Amino acid sequence: MRENNEDRPAAPAAESASEPDAGTVALDKDAAPGEVLLKVTGLQKHFPIRKGVLQRQVGSVKAVDGIDFDVRSGETLGVVGESGCGKSTMGRLITRLLEPTAGTVEFEGRDITHLGVRGMRPMRRDVQMIFQDPYSSLNPRHTVGAIVSAPFKLQGVTPEGGVKKEVQRLLEVVGLNPEHYNRYPHEFSGGQRQRIGIARALALKPKLVVADEPVSALDVSIQAQVVNLLDDLQQEMGLTYVIIAHDLSVIRHVSDRIAVMYLGKIVELADRKSLYESPMHPYTNALLSAVPVPDPRRRAAKSERILLRGDVPSPIAPPSGCRFHTRCWKATEICKTAEPPLIPLATGHQVACHHPENAEDQAPQDTVLLTAAVEAAEAAGVEVPETAVPDASKAEATEA
Amino acid sequence: MTAPMHDTTTDVDEPAPVAAEATAESKAKKVEGRSLKQIAWNRLKQDKVALAGGIVVVLLVVVSVFAPVLVSLFGHPPNEGNLDQLEDLTNLPKGALGGISGDHLFGVEPNTGRDVFSRIVYGARISMLVAVLAAAVAVVLGTLFGIIAGYFGGWVDAIISRVMDVLLSFPQLLFIIALVSVLPDDLLGLSGSGVRIATLVLVIGLFGWPYIGRIVRGQTLSLREREYVEAARSLGGGSRHILFRELLPNLVAPITVYTTLMIPTNILTEAALSFLGAGVRPPTASWGGMLRDALSVYEHDPMFMVFPGLAIFLTVLAFNLFGDGLRDALDPKGTR
Repeated sequence: MRENNEDRPAAPAAESASEPDAGTVALDKDAAPGEVLLKVTGLQKHFPIRKGVLQRQVGSVKAVDGIDFDVRSGETLGVVGESGCGKSTMGRLITRLLEPTAGTVEFEGRDITHLGVRGMRPMRRDVQMIFQDPYSSLNPRHTVGAIVSAPFKLQGVTPEGGVKKEVQRLLEVVGLNPEHYNRYPHEFSGGQRQRIGIARALALKPKLVVADEPVSALDVSIQAQVVNLLDDLQQEMGLTYVIIAHDLSVIRHVSDRIAVMYLGKIVELADRKSLYESPMHPYTNALLSAVPVPDPRRRAAKSERILLRGDVPSPIAPPSGCRFHTRCWKATEICKTAEPPLIPLATGHQVACHHPENAEDQAPQDTVLLTAAVEAAEAAGVEVPETAVPDASKAEATEA
Repeated sequence: MTAPMHDTTTDVDEPAPVAAEATAESKAKKVEGRSLKQIAWNRLKQDKVALAGGIVVVLLVVVSVFAPVLVSLFGHPPNEGNLDQLEDLTNLPKGALGGISGDHLFGVEPNTGRDVFSRIVYGARISMLVAVLAAAVAVVLGTLFGIIAGYFGGWVDAIISRVMDVLLSFPQLLFIIALVSVLPDDLLGLSGSGVRIATLVLVIGLFGWPYIGRIVRGQTLSLREREYVEAARSLGGGSRHILFRELLPNLVAPITVYTTLMIPTNILTEAALSFLGAGVRPPTASWGGMLRDALSVYEHDPMFMVFPGLAIFLTVLAFNLFGDGLRDALDPKGTR
C-alpha cells in the first residue's frame, strides 16, 4: 500500500543518507529506490486578480487547488491534463519557482515550501527543471558553453577536471558535438536545443528532474529521440522524473505512474498499466478515448470516442463538488454537492470519483443523472440506463 | 628498456588529444565568428546610407579627439584674433565668402578675426564631449532604473515610472537656463567653462534617461517572461545575476540604437543652450555660440552662419542615419 511509503519515518532516513559522499555510486547516496523523494500535501496556488487603482484583490485563479501525491526515488511520474489544468504551475511549485499559497512540499523529508532564494540555493542542486520551449529556455546571447556551465558558476561548484571539460562531457552525454562549445543557441535545431537544456539540467547531477512538456515543442520524429535520451539518462544516473505532458502516448512511454489532472486537482493517480487498462475516472476515460490510433485496421475495432461537451470551466470560479460534473455523463446530485476524495480503489490506483468505472460505485444510492449529464451522455455516445434518466417534467422545468 | 620505451610512447600519445583539442578549439572559434554581432555587421555593411552616416560619425570623433593636431596643421589657435584679415572700417573679413583662403580654410570671424575652421574643430570637441557624456549618464541611469522597474514591477515600477513621467514633462530648457544663472563660476574645483560643461552633461543626462529607461523597461517586461530567466532562477541565480547576466546582454541592441539616436538630440540641446547664452561660455568655441555671434552680421557675412549651421546639420543627420541603420541591422525581424 502506498500509505506505508508515505509514512514519516522514511523521510529522515533519506535525509541522513543524502550526506554528500563523493566515493559512493550515485544511487547509494540517494534515497533507496522506492522511497519517497518528494512529498506534496494539500498544495495550492491561487494567482490573485487585482483591479483598480488600489490593486484590490477581486478574485483568484485557482491554478492548483489542493493536490496530494508523492514521488518515489527512481521512478517516473507522468502528469497529464488538458491546457490550463495547472500541470505547469504544479511543476513550478515543486521546483519552487513559484511560492505555494498553501500546502507543503517536502524534499527528502525537508520542508521546502517557503524557503527563500538563499535557502533554496543548495536545494537547487538536487531539483532541476527541463523547460518546454527550447527556443526561449536558452539565452540567445550566451554560448552553449556559458549556458551549460551556468549551474557550476551559480552554485560555486568546480567539477573534477575543470568546468570546460565537464561541460564538453555533458554535451557528449546528451548526444551533441562537444566542439560546439562556443556556438550560440540560434545555430541549433529545436531538438538540439532541448538537448542543451537537458545537459544544463543534469550538470549538477540532480536527484529529481521536473520536465515541463519536454517534447511538446518538438517534431514528432525528434520527440522519440529526446524521450529515449531521457530514458537512458534515467538509467545511467539513477534519476527521478516528474514529466508533465499533454500527450498521452509520450506519457505512456516514459511513466511508471501517472497522475491525471483536471482544473487544479488530481482526479486519478495510478500505475501506468492499471491506468491505461482500467481507467476509473470518466475524465481519464474520455482522455484515453481521444488518443489517435495510428493503425487504420485497429481503428475500427476501437471503441467509440467519448466526446466531451463544452470547455473546461474557468479556474476563477470552479464548479462545486466534483469539478468534472459539468461535463460528466455520469454526474448525479452528489457530484454537484460533495467533492470526491482521492482514495485508493485498487492497489496502486487512486481515484477521485463518486461513480468510477471499472470499480465499485462510491455513491450507489444516487442514481438519477443530472440533466446536463444526460445531454453529455448523448454527446459522448454513452448509453444511459432508463432508471437514471431524471423525470421528464423535472427536466423540462429546469430547461425552461 | 621496455619500461622507458613504454613511457615514451605514452608521453607521445598524451599530447595528441591536446593537439586535437586545440584544432577543435580553432574550429569552434571560426564558428563563433558567426555570432549575432557578425550577422548585424553584415547587414549594416549592405546599408550604404547608414554606412555613410557611420563614416561621418567616426570622422567627427577623430576630429574631436585630434582637434589640437588638426588646428596646428591647418589653422590658427581658436582664440587668436587675426585682425589683419578684417576690413578696417566694417570689421568684416577681407576677400570673398567670409575671407576663405588657403590660410583660413573656412574664413575668419567678423569683429574678432578668429579662425572659423579651428573654432568649428574645437566646437566639435565641445559638442561631442557634452553629447556623449550626457548620453553616457542617461544610458547608465536609464538602463539601471529601466531594468529594475521592468523586472521587479509592482510599487518599484510604479515609483520609477512616475519619476520618468515627471522628468519627461519637465520644461528642460527653462530649467537649465534658470540653473545656469544661479550656479557660481567655481564649483568643486572646476572653473570657467568646466562648470558649465559639467552642468550641461549632468542636466542633459538627467533629463535624457527616462527615454532610455522607458525602452529598457518595456523590453525587460517582455524578456523577464522568457524561460531562460526561470531556468536561471531554478539553478539558484539571484536577482543580480538575472538582471545583469541574463537580461542585460539581450538589451544591448536597443540600448546601443537609442544611444546613437540620443547623441544628436543632445548636440542640438547643447547648441540651443549655447545659442541662448546658457551653454558653454563665450571664449570657448561652440557651434551654438558661433551661430549666435553670426546672427548680428548674417546680412553682411552669411558664410559665418553657414559653417556652424552646416556642422550641426551634418552631425545630427549622420548620427540619425547611422542610428536608423543600426536599428535595422540589429532588429532580428528585419527584412534584410
